[in-house]
Amino acid sequence: MKDIVVIGAGVSGCAIARELSRYKADVLVIDKCEDVCCGTSKANSAIIHAGFDAAEGSLMAKLNVKGNQMMDKLAEDLDIPFKRNGALVVCIHKEELPGLKELYDRGIANGVKELKILSKEEVLKMEPNLSDNVEGALFAPTSGIVCPFNLTIALAENAAVNGVNFQFDTEVTDIVKKDGYYVLKTNKGDIETRYVVNAAGVYADKIHNMVSNKKLTIVARRGDYCLLDKTAGNHVSKTIFPQPSKMGKGVLVSPTIHGNLIVGPTAIDIEDKEATATTKAGIDDLIGKAGLSVKNLPMRQVITSFAGLRAHEAGHEFIIEEVEDAKQFIDCAGIESPGLSSSPAIGEMVADILKDLMKLENKDNWISKRKGILNPSELSLEERNKLIKENPAYGNIICRCESVTEGEIIDALHRPIPARSLDGVKRRTRAGMGRCQAGFCSPRTMEIIERELGIPQEEITKSGGNSKIVVGRTKE
Amino acid sequence: MRTVDVLIVGGGPAGLAAAASAKKQGIDNILILERDKELGGILNQCIHNGFGLHTFKEELTGPEYAGRFIDEVLKLGIEYKLGTMVMDITKDKVVTAMNREDGMFEIQAKSIVLCMGCRERSRGALNIPGYRPAGIFSAGTAQRLVNMEGYMPGKKVVILGSGDIGLIMARRLTLEGAKVQVVAELMPYSGGLKRNIVQCLNDYDIPLKLSHTVVDIRGKERLEGITIAEVDNTGKPIPGTEEDYECDTLLLSVGLIPENELSRNAGVEMDPVTSGPVVNESLETSIPGVFAAGNVLHVHDLVDYVSEEATKAGANAAKFVKGELKGAGKDIKINAVDGARYTVPRHICVENMEDILTVRFRVGAVFKDSFISVYLNDERVQHRKKNVMAPGEMEQVILKKDQLLSYPNLETITVKIEKE
Repeated sequence: MKDIVVIGAGVSGCAIARELSRYKADVLVIDKCEDVCCGTSKANSAIIHAGFDAAEGSLMAKLNVKGNQMMDKLAEDLDIPFKRNGALVVCIHKEELPGLKELYDRGIANGVKELKILSKEEVLKMEPNLSDNVEGALFAPTSGIVCPFNLTIALAENAAVNGVNFQFDTEVTDIVKKDGYYVLKTNKGDIETRYVVNAAGVYADKIHNMVSNKKLTIVARRGDYCLLDKTAGNHVSKTIFPQPSKMGKGVLVSPTIHGNLIVGPTAIDIEDKEATATTKAGIDDLIGKAGLSVKNLPMRQVITSFAGLRAHEAGHEFIIEEVEDAKQFIDCAGIESPGLSSSPAIGEMVADILKDLMKLENKDNWISKRKGILNPSELSLEERNKLIKENPAYGNIICRCESVTEGEIIDALHRPIPARSLDGVKRRTRAGMGRCQAGFCSPRTMEIIERELGIPQEEITKSGGNSKIVVGRTKE
Repeated sequence: MRTVDVLIVGGGPAGLAAAASAKKQGIDNILILERDKELGGILNQCIHNGFGLHTFKEELTGPEYAGRFIDEVLKLGIEYKLGTMVMDITKDKVVTAMNREDGMFEIQAKSIVLCMGCRERSRGALNIPGYRPAGIFSAGTAQRLVNMEGYMPGKKVVILGSGDIGLIMARRLTLEGAKVQVVAELMPYSGGLKRNIVQCLNDYDIPLKLSHTVVDIRGKERLEGITIAEVDNTGKPIPGTEEDYECDTLLLSVGLIPENELSRNAGVEMDPVTSGPVVNESLETSIPGVFAAGNVLHVHDLVDYVSEEATKAGANAAKFVKGELKGAGKDIKINAVDGARYTVPRHICVENMEDILTVRFRVGAVFKDSFISVYLNDERVQHRKKNVMAPGEMEQVILKKDQLLSYPNLETITVKIEKE
């Protein structure tokens, strides 16, 4: 019997797991995918929002602002890159300028610090590539950028080091309520647990509805994105949002923490919760809208496009509570944007709920810090050469676009939550994330996976399941 | 810091020929830096024949062709480092490189020959909509998997793009027992060599659908199928022309991009048409003493021309080291217009020319019964008929030094395609 099972190893589930790892409890995180960070958490804008957007007094607003404030320490503790690059909400219609003041006021009410309304001249001086039509902007210096893979993986690794177990490829098919505990029916057998946390993203309604009569509906809202080459990464320095209007929230343009430029998302409600396919209409729409607030976008520099699914709940609010008609079952549902930004605070909130319910006690030896995969490019020449002398794998570049060494890939395959697929390696090291999109490094990475993990190349997948890279040997 | 007279970045066909040539010009302190485990570059995975018809007057496989140059480099005693990635080149010709044995190290080069080759355009660059499953490969990656690693990328294949590697892989995968259903090409003409269409598609009854592209990709984990559609003359898919194919593999052969990140960081001036450096008659870039040759300069159709070009670049690098490359005289720009997309070189100093200069270029569309013309200022001085010219094949004109020298007030040279 487990004390707590967290369903879903996205950024929410992993943040919850890390917070729970402070306490004396037997915690298991399960996910239907082969790795952490395989759903909504892997395909989003990668922004740590300032918090002016959410409705005043909402849980969303509260957790967004708090999560944002927690990021500096968290990034330091978990050894992940995080940068407060600032955000601009750009107004391009003079008659809509009062809307900026509304956003400003909402931000102040939500507790967002350092907000400022800028004139046309001020904002163009700050961002010369903004549209010539810009009339003014709301400036939010506390907005930041982060790598969602890094954040989720780091949270999970830190939880794992502190005793939380992770089990992948495990899909919950039903939940049976027993006296004082639950039985999770999964494709990998039954799991008994006293408490359940539902952090299942777009499937949070399905999981919730297995135990509750008060039905929940989560709509998958697709967002298409384009990622541009690093040569375009300096096109803007801040995250550029169009002013939200009756036409919708609009398309942002932002540098990423790794120096690329991201453009997106669209917002298309879909039936199929697996439908992460981009569409031509979506991409065309994206390119058209992005050009409204930023000029001369170098769209020829696109290196990949992708789509993510937001877990949209009708009330557009986070639902984080013990389910009324299912005691010991905690929902963490409707976690759409600003879910990534809020994740540190979501983790804390869910853990606090469980702490109170379960009377959890602190561990004596909780490890708050985690060391990331060593990035040799951050070392001095002397340090780097010392490293290569000790471990020559750090002198062998495998991914030429992102300059990822064999040493980093080997590290990724032996972490507390190890990579097992090409995408797993990619999310941990950036091998294959660059402009050639893994054309060069994938055969080389496959060789390393085979050698280090003993997985035959025919069995190596892109991202688990049936996503095998090769189908067999050539003729003898 | 170690000093090298001629440093060559890349040990493929261009780098090998450049090194041998510099050595024959009397330079001894030469170093080739190669990132792979062996010399030869991409030729090592090109196990089909057809290489070397011009250079050796016989048909060789890629490894055999490379082998001849490797043998020469070894015979000449030229130093090379394998498994060595060049990380940075400065405008002062300080080269930073890294490998397992030496760690990260710097070399001061007197001259550099850029021979980094090219890479394949990826799916992302095309923005093809749909899912992102396993089973989508660039043709060159599939070629490596099959020819070097011995693995099959899939059994039921569709190929997008009719570049030469895609055509070669259509045949290769067919011979390995896969079913190659169709090759779709966005343009109304093939991007590959005519002989490859005949020998790799026609001989195996693989249809080539011109003016078609992939408009959807299905399959969440492994590729399950794709949809192709005909495109109009602006490249937009025409509704109602969609055709579905069941397949587990999509190969992309949609263009090659010269690999110039190092050149750009060094501050070398780039040509937006070729994506390679702008060079002069000596194949010297905008940084004196830095030369470029092969696919890093412009994507070639035949390796023979790569070798020829690199031989010249290597010799000029040697001359530069010896102080024999004359300083700049008057620069004459070569204009490529009316169907000629670019020229290599793009500008020349007539005084520095050898007696004869081969100017290579590609056309931007298919031309039938047309003429390649060369103008000196406004006067047409060459007019050569070609039955067919296509973007997949390189064209050339020859400029003669004495003719240019004797031409009064020469300002521009123009290369164009004319109907008459």
